[in-house]
Amino acid sequence: MSSTQFDMMVLVLGVCGILLTASFVGQILERRLSPDGSNPAIENLNARINAWWVMAILIAIAFVAGRIGVLLLFGFCSFAALREFVTLTNTRRADHWALATAFFVVLPLQYVLLWIEDYEIFSVFIPVYAFLLMPIISAVRGDTQHFLVRIAEVQWALMICVFCASHVPALLTLHIPGYEGRNVLLIAFLVIVVQLSDVLQYIWGKMIGRTKIAPRLSPSKTVEGFVGGIACASLVGAGLWWITPFSPLQAGAMAFLITLMGFFGGLVMSAIKRDRGVKDWGHLIDGHGGLIDRLDSVVFSAPIFFHLTRYFWSPG
Amino acid sequence: MKSLIAKPVAVIVLLFARAITAVRPFWHEGRLPRRRSIFFANHSSHGDFILIWAVLPPRLRRRVRPVAGADYWLKSKLRSFIGRDVFNAVLIDRNRDARTMDPVESMGEAMKEGSSLILFPEGTRNQSDASLQPFKSGLFHLAALHPDFELVPVWIANLNRVMPKGEFVPIPLICTVTFGEPMHLADGEDKDMFLERAREALLALAPKKAAE
Repeated sequence: MSSTQFDMMVLVLGVCGILLTASFVGQILERRLSPDGSNPAIENLNARINAWWVMAILIAIAFVAGRIGVLLLFGFCSFAALREFVTLTNTRRADHWALATAFFVVLPLQYVLLWIEDYEIFSVFIPVYAFLLMPIISAVRGDTQHFLVRIAEVQWALMICVFCASHVPALLTLHIPGYEGRNVLLIAFLVIVVQLSDVLQYIWGKMIGRTKIAPRLSPSKTVEGFVGGIACASLVGAGLWWITPFSPLQAGAMAFLITLMGFFGGLVMSAIKRDRGVKDWGHLIDGHGGLIDRLDSVVFSAPIFFHLTRYFWSPG
Repeated sequence: MKSLIAKPVAVIVLLFARAITAVRPFWHEGRLPRRRSIFFANHSSHGDFILIWAVLPPRLRRRVRPVAGADYWLKSKLRSFIGRDVFNAVLIDRNRDARTMDPVESMGEAMKEGSSLILFPEGTRNQSDASLQPFKSGLFHLAALHPDFELVPVWIANLNRVMPKGEFVPIPLICTVTFGEPMHLADGEDKDMFLERAREALLALAPKKAAE
């Protein structure tokens, strides 16, 4: 067994252990407090834990399947997220072809560019080419009503759901000396730290949360939850240094940065939901709402994490 | 032979509809519809009945037949295969003068055989700006002749954005199918009163537009 496989196994066992514990606690809570399924908080908790199992298993399968597995998984995530996002936008009939292009040309191409590992084009394809092409396609149809709003919404949907999200599998393309063949662990590091931070913020907030950060945006986010969650997740991140190319201190700093981005990502996406008058982005994941509800913190942290790792650890 | 192909085609249509729309049903008070039901829905796209059909549990799906215009669904071999063989549609002649069979009669026949119906009481696809066009009278006559059937209003949201008229590439958007409270014809209720009540019941299921 190579050291990568060994580290991966330790991670899988660790995640399984945490989920088993969570399932166990969830079952006990349900027996004690909600035997007839009447307590919505506990029902939701158990739905969430079950969804976590599914997500963890899907990611594990993708990891085993290798590069193609990871690309397909995140390609699907981009598709489902874009579908949720565009559902909430103000598109009109004139945007039909721009939207079709976003779904069936831009999205797949972005992942093809990852497959052939052409960073030069990958990094500019959406912000340069797609951003100029989209308004051109819509303008040709001649409908000027709310033009800027419509264009901006489609562009932002692409930016968040495709460009940002694709930076998670993009971690596979980095060439870091001394870290060859282990890149998939960077994805594990990012996903574990960000998701753990979300959960820990929730738990800290429930336990001692008093001071709301942005009551109009997200009533469940509190200063106590924020500080406790981010501090704990950063510590866990530092403790996971052995799966990264970073030193423990660097891993902690990276974890701090990505949890911070994750927190604000959640806040921004909440603002959009409030503006659109919905509670969840969709209903893909039982207990979590839509895919974007689960992915919002990851999409904000992934590009920064990718870029910093590339800038400082991947020469040339 | 045809029925051999029809089944897999139905499965493909189902998977395709789900992949594009991630369609999700909302049942009235969480209760599944009864076996003997007439689902009446808003009509904005040719795929409307497919979404209702897709969200019904398989047990009900096998016994539900969409009611559709013969003029459209018999126009080509492909359409007639999809309409008649895959979805077992009750095809009715919308042309008053030329038709040989009364639509209410054809629908009643299917109901006697134990089928539920998917009906679009606006009669044709709604391409106007109004949420719902006036209802045709068929729903009233069916309600009067078959009081043992529940009339279930069903609102299909967003499908008109997935494939606007004249476009052939669908845009993936999340669609919902909302089932309202089952209704019956009341004692002494006349046609106009009943149709208005049914229309209101359906309209009440339409999602409120987010504040602009």
